[in-house]
Amino acid sequence: MHKKSFWFLLPYILPALLIYASFMALPLFFSLRLSLYNWNGIGPKIYVGFGNFVKLFTESYWNTQLWNVIVNNIKFFIYFNLFQNVPALILAWLIFLNLKGSVFFRNLFFIPVTMSIIMVGFVGTLLLNPIWGPFNNLMKAIGLDFMNRPWLGDPKTALVAIAIIGSWQYIGIPIVLFLSAMENIPDELIEAAHIDGATDLGVFRYILVPLLAPVFGIVVVLTFVGNFTGFEFVYAMEGPMAGPSYATDIFGTFFYRTAFGSTASPQVGLGAAIAVCMFIIISLMIFAWLRYNHWYQQKLGI
Amino acid sequence: MAKVQSLVSTKIGNLKTLSWNSKHFRHAGRNALIYIVFLFQSFVVIYPIFIMIISSFKSNLEIYKNPNGPPQNIYLQGYVKAFVRGTFLIYFRNSIFVTLCTIVIVLLVASLAAYALGRYKFRGNSTLYFFFLAGIIIPIRLGVLNLFEVVRALGLYNNLLALILIYSAMGVPMAMFILVPLIRQIPQDLVDAAEMDGCSGWGLFQHIVIPLIRPSLGTVAILTFLPAWNDFFFPLVFIKTNEMMTLPLGVATLFGQFSQDLNTAFSVLTIASLPPILFYLLASRQFIKGIMAGSLKG
Repeated sequence: MHKKSFWFLLPYILPALLIYASFMALPLFFSLRLSLYNWNGIGPKIYVGFGNFVKLFTESYWNTQLWNVIVNNIKFFIYFNLFQNVPALILAWLIFLNLKGSVFFRNLFFIPVTMSIIMVGFVGTLLLNPIWGPFNNLMKAIGLDFMNRPWLGDPKTALVAIAIIGSWQYIGIPIVLFLSAMENIPDELIEAAHIDGATDLGVFRYILVPLLAPVFGIVVVLTFVGNFTGFEFVYAMEGPMAGPSYATDIFGTFFYRTAFGSTASPQVGLGAAIAVCMFIIISLMIFAWLRYNHWYQQKLGI
Repeated sequence: MAKVQSLVSTKIGNLKTLSWNSKHFRHAGRNALIYIVFLFQSFVVIYPIFIMIISSFKSNLEIYKNPNGPPQNIYLQGYVKAFVRGTFLIYFRNSIFVTLCTIVIVLLVASLAAYALGRYKFRGNSTLYFFFLAGIIIPIRLGVLNLFEVVRALGLYNNLLALILIYSAMGVPMAMFILVPLIRQIPQDLVDAAEMDGCSGWGLFQHIVIPLIRPSLGTVAILTFLPAWNDFFFPLVFIKTNEMMTLPLGVATLFGQFSQDLNTAFSVLTIASLPPILFYLLASRQFIKGIMAGSLKG
């Protein structure tokens, strides 16, 4: 690498830096700072210090929504790991075994990723319609009548239903990530294991899974961040009020509803306070992920 | 015993290195199981898309009475309504415009910056690099509140340019993540040879770097394309009039209008979902490579 003066390189770096800083980095900082103000989006901004946070955590109208959202998001995250990440790992492994046509299946499983979330949500709404929805009719037809229910209208099932649809769409990404990590494992390692008599399952348990630790960390973090900021699925299938009875309310919808005012006038400061909570939670997760990386690197002696 | 026999048969049949690829007869049962799993997942993946497409060709009555079966006759009224009353072409035009501009800007801006960061040592190189990379995981959504002020201050409310700038900002981190390591790997001898021929700085960039990273530019283009084309959140916040809507927002609006008219709703969804799917099917290798690029370095 050459040493060059900073000024020579500035014109190369400046455009990217300018766009990135002005429309991504700085807005994030300033948006979080808005939590210290009361603002309805049009009028003046009134400095209230931590007033919004006090309101958020102590007024029951707000803190019930907040805790509801936290619980729901945690459930949401668990569902995604259950319905998306674990099946993705298994499917990736099966594809990795390289049966004939595996590539075709891999490409097929990725298709839903290319669709727009909001459209998948709409299709999901139509599919799960309790009266004439194809899914419910299909379940009835094959005799699984207990699966024929108003998924989106029942507070007990709505969140799971949405999580399953979300997993349906995005399972392609962890599949590809796991697959590429598996393909990076040196062949000799696996061949040696086979020569020593290991079955494919054994190879999976004792070689693939441990070596997949970093990728699994990435997948989990990405899922977490996506869950805690996402809102399109719920918006498409239940609207910004995240019914029924807030059963599907997650941080994304709570934030949007408060900051942009779906039923009341916008309360940007309070919305920003919610965003600060989201930011802190996500940062904690990222920090945990970094510790995890450090831990397994030590364990594997890297 | 069986293991040794199959070892022997591969060695004789194929003198290349031992293939741990299990396609032998004794694995037939297990293979069948794997295919069953694949077929099940294939059904799961295809079913909603299948329903969406066949329903777009059925009349509303048929959708109610026969939701899972194929259409009796091809019914095109939904498509007609979508195009005639649905201002679909406008949404398409806007999405294409926004996405294209975003891709061009990101490619331009990120290759320049990646060249500087990848090729030259200077104070703050690492810091800048990490600053860019942080954007991959930072949730930009949270910044929308201030973005709203910025957009309004720039007079870009209800203007596609606002979307272009935001999506470009979103595309830069991933582009840097892919391009910088690539540029760092350019062999020094190549650079030395070029410099001996009098090439340096901009010339180096133009004649050596760009051709070498061209394939990855395709990957970057794809990774920028998907979020820009499919995003719903920022149009929802920044776009108000019909003429300025991109596809996701337009579809959401139409869906609201046609929610009772199921056939048209499905037609709208089908038309809107097809372009990225077709694009993906044509370039599936590049797509998958793009996502994999994210983990190869990880």
